[in-house]
Amino acid sequence: MPSITKPLIPLAPLAKNELGLTIRDYEGAMSTLCAGCGHDSVTAAIVHAFWELSTPPHSIAKLSGIGCSSKTPTYFVRGAHGFNSAHGRMATIATGAYAANRELTYLGISGDGDSLSIGLGHMAHAIRRNVKMVYVIENNGVYGLTKGQLSASADIGSKPKKGEANIIAPIDPIMLGLSLGATFLARSFSGDKEQLIPILKAAVAHNGLALIDVISPCVTFNDHEGSTKSYRFMREHEVKEVVADFVPLRREIHASIPSDGTRVVPMHDGSIVRFRSVPEDYDPHDRSRVEEYIREHHARGEVVTGLLYVDESGQTLHEMGNTPSTGLNKIPLADLCPGSSALEALQEDFR
Amino acid sequence: MEPTNTGEPEYYHRVVDCQWACPAHTDVPGYIRLIAQGRFDDAYLLNRQSNVFPGVLGRTCDRPCEPACRRGRVDGSPVAICRLKRVTSDLKGDLAGRLPVAPSEKNGKRVACIGAGPSSLTVANDLMPLGYEVVMFEKFDRPGGLMRTNIPEFRLPDRVLDEETGVILDMGVDIRYNSPVTSMKSLLDEGFDAVFVGVGAPRGKELDLPGRYDDPEHVHIGIDWLESVSFGHVEKIGQRVLIIGVGNTAMDCCRTSRRVGANDIKVMARRPREYFKASPWELEDAEEEGVEIVVNHAPKRFVIEDGHLVGMEFDVVEWDEGARHSTVTDTVVIPCDDVILAIGQENAFPWIERDLGLEFGEWDMPIVDTTTFQSTRPGVFFGGDAAWGPKNIIWAVAHGHQAAISIDRHCRGEDVAERPRDTMGLVSTKMGMNEWSYHNDYNPSPRQQMSHVELTRRFEALNLEVELGFTAEQTAREAQRCLNCDVQTAFQEKLCIECDACIDICPVQCLTITHNGEENDLRGRLSAPSPNRDQPLFVSGALPQTGRVMVKDENVCVHCGLCAERCPTSAWDMEEFTLEIPYAASVHRIPVRASGTVRS
Repeated sequence: MPSITKPLIPLAPLAKNELGLTIRDYEGAMSTLCAGCGHDSVTAAIVHAFWELSTPPHSIAKLSGIGCSSKTPTYFVRGAHGFNSAHGRMATIATGAYAANRELTYLGISGDGDSLSIGLGHMAHAIRRNVKMVYVIENNGVYGLTKGQLSASADIGSKPKKGEANIIAPIDPIMLGLSLGATFLARSFSGDKEQLIPILKAAVAHNGLALIDVISPCVTFNDHEGSTKSYRFMREHEVKEVVADFVPLRREIHASIPSDGTRVVPMHDGSIVRFRSVPEDYDPHDRSRVEEYIREHHARGEVVTGLLYVDESGQTLHEMGNTPSTGLNKIPLADLCPGSSALEALQEDFR
Repeated sequence: MEPTNTGEPEYYHRVVDCQWACPAHTDVPGYIRLIAQGRFDDAYLLNRQSNVFPGVLGRTCDRPCEPACRRGRVDGSPVAICRLKRVTSDLKGDLAGRLPVAPSEKNGKRVACIGAGPSSLTVANDLMPLGYEVVMFEKFDRPGGLMRTNIPEFRLPDRVLDEETGVILDMGVDIRYNSPVTSMKSLLDEGFDAVFVGVGAPRGKELDLPGRYDDPEHVHIGIDWLESVSFGHVEKIGQRVLIIGVGNTAMDCCRTSRRVGANDIKVMARRPREYFKASPWELEDAEEEGVEIVVNHAPKRFVIEDGHLVGMEFDVVEWDEGARHSTVTDTVVIPCDDVILAIGQENAFPWIERDLGLEFGEWDMPIVDTTTFQSTRPGVFFGGDAAWGPKNIIWAVAHGHQAAISIDRHCRGEDVAERPRDTMGLVSTKMGMNEWSYHNDYNPSPRQQMSHVELTRRFEALNLEVELGFTAEQTAREAQRCLNCDVQTAFQEKLCIECDACIDICPVQCLTITHNGEENDLRGRLSAPSPNRDQPLFVSGALPQTGRVMVKDENVCVHCGLCAERCPTSAWDMEEFTLEIPYAASVHRIPVRASGTVRS
């Protein structure tokens, strides 16, 4: 870890957001990850996104499980709420937290180990329930914290630093999400903040679970020749045909929606995701076309990135449950739990 | 933009704002690190190498380094560089064996230096170790020039000046006191191999207003009056004194007046305060001693009654924006017993005959080459205030070094216009994993304030030094405020994997990876706003993976080294930059760095 903490420089000419905060106000503790870790770039992108959105730090809840990725919530938005849960259980805790208080902005940080191995079941159900949260998978294809064993997202043929190339089929969280009815699916690369930051901002605006699979190279165990999750591999094999901009509500009130409505997605809060370019025949609302497109490129050894699928019409956990619009935590206990006589009356109804 | 050329010293030199601003290019961060380590001898000698008079300049320098200091852009107050320089002089030990010496065997060349001020002494300092015989002509009976006569002892004690002039003269300079040169022609006839004119700007400007000569006993020329006080010829002045002018000489005059009998002192300025020539700290010191500074008063006439000066009449003026034009709104008479004129100095060369091939130009100033310091007569050189009018001590020293190089080349029959070039050293400060040989953390201490002798005791003696110097605690704190700008962020693009770690960690967002473009375009696309155009951008060559470039805006980089600590491939390194400035001794391979000085 660095020899010093990042100093605060009184007169540094840093810009301020609508809350009067500089980007430094959205930082956290010093990272203890390896120098050059992709996760630190994802952290920086998150810091940028929340700063640019002018999200009040105390309205954010950051959650994680276990792993290198799951350490990173410590490194951003020090004024936010946080929960570092057991291995693979981030999605569970997030579901519970969201059930109790729907008013916070939930950001879960996970890794390929945490979400695609031990926590796969929890992630799948959080997707099904459409918990309104940003779900980031920092995906590097190895278990970095235990010295670089291949993970469940390692591609067939990808070589580890030592030993044989992988022969077991990988789990692709985007394909998984498509099959589970996810409403927001994106893939990005830690080395490309120009793409990642707008995706994060759109994810915050999304009404439902926004899954972002971020290829985030492990400099120590998976950044070598033969790896399919290295900086160089990504720069050589990334396909960025799906380009989406995020237009916040307040900045463009008269956002013009072209007649070809498929290319513009109004988000739940009134902001807009505008697809600047998508391939011919590509429709980010068409599940099967998106799946086909990713499969075609994967067969050629290419990694498709961008905001790949979005469906703003889905219902969240709370909408499906028909709960009140305020957080359950704000409802007086007597109303929330009206007692055994109320329960008996209810049960009487069912007889 | 083209990739920045870091193979030549200029880019890295400009990064070290203080060193770039200093006329003598003193290695400021280098000596501040030595101070921080308690190595005062080494710090003093490193200073002396370029500025020759650390003790004198540590008290009196005009400090062009401080407004340039990056710390000013970072927290509003520059490092107290000048005060730290004085610390090296105050706390140094015995330097025997580490100061320059002259060889017993001479090289047979004789050089005349006219005047024993800072520029002449610097010439002697640089030439004596090479075996030159230096003959120095001084009109007074003590060395130092303006440092002696114009800077009062309560700012610069004689012992400090004596020590630092002594080091040079004791190398065996043939100094001839009470020997003003009255004829350049007869001096040239003595057959010197070279002559250096370092006589300063010795004539105070007159103010020819009505009544000026009606009571001459009570109207004084500032620099002459200071000189008389310095030599003990004047011991008192009237109670009410008006000083005309607001330069640093005016400040010395008013504060000296306070010590020789005046108690109602007004410094009269024509223009508003922001146009004053005096250094802000000198104004503050004068005001602390009860001197009143009166603005927007233009002198009109001396008021004489019965042959005695009783006051001075002024137009009260108002200025337009930019203080170019004034209108008179009132006229007042301010009573006084004495007036001191401190409105500037001029050069005067009545002793240089005009038929020697030594041409004079505008304002009757000799024509002097700005690089070689040579006049139109080969072998005659000028430096200090004598060359282009009044500047200050550190400029005189810088001139002296350059003139010494010229004199040496001239005496060896070489072209003086061919100058040795600056070179540089770059050494990694990496000591291990996230360990550096310099203190890389940012210290938030505020600038330390100099303590002064109590006002109740301050005027007991004319030679009582007012500034007490820094305490050990102040020294330690102030030294840690230095940002080590000379520890450079050296970048090797071929190693970069564009992981963004350096960009994410930088506390001031001074790094950007982006596609190349013209400067204005690039500055508009940096991570943080780029308001300071005086700071050049660093632009790397194309990065291997994407062909983009790494851009660094030096403006408020605090040289914390976090970019290098977070770099997985060591594309960034923190490297200590040493500007190797050529001196006369350099070509003779005589080590300029005092023996035994080890770099920090």
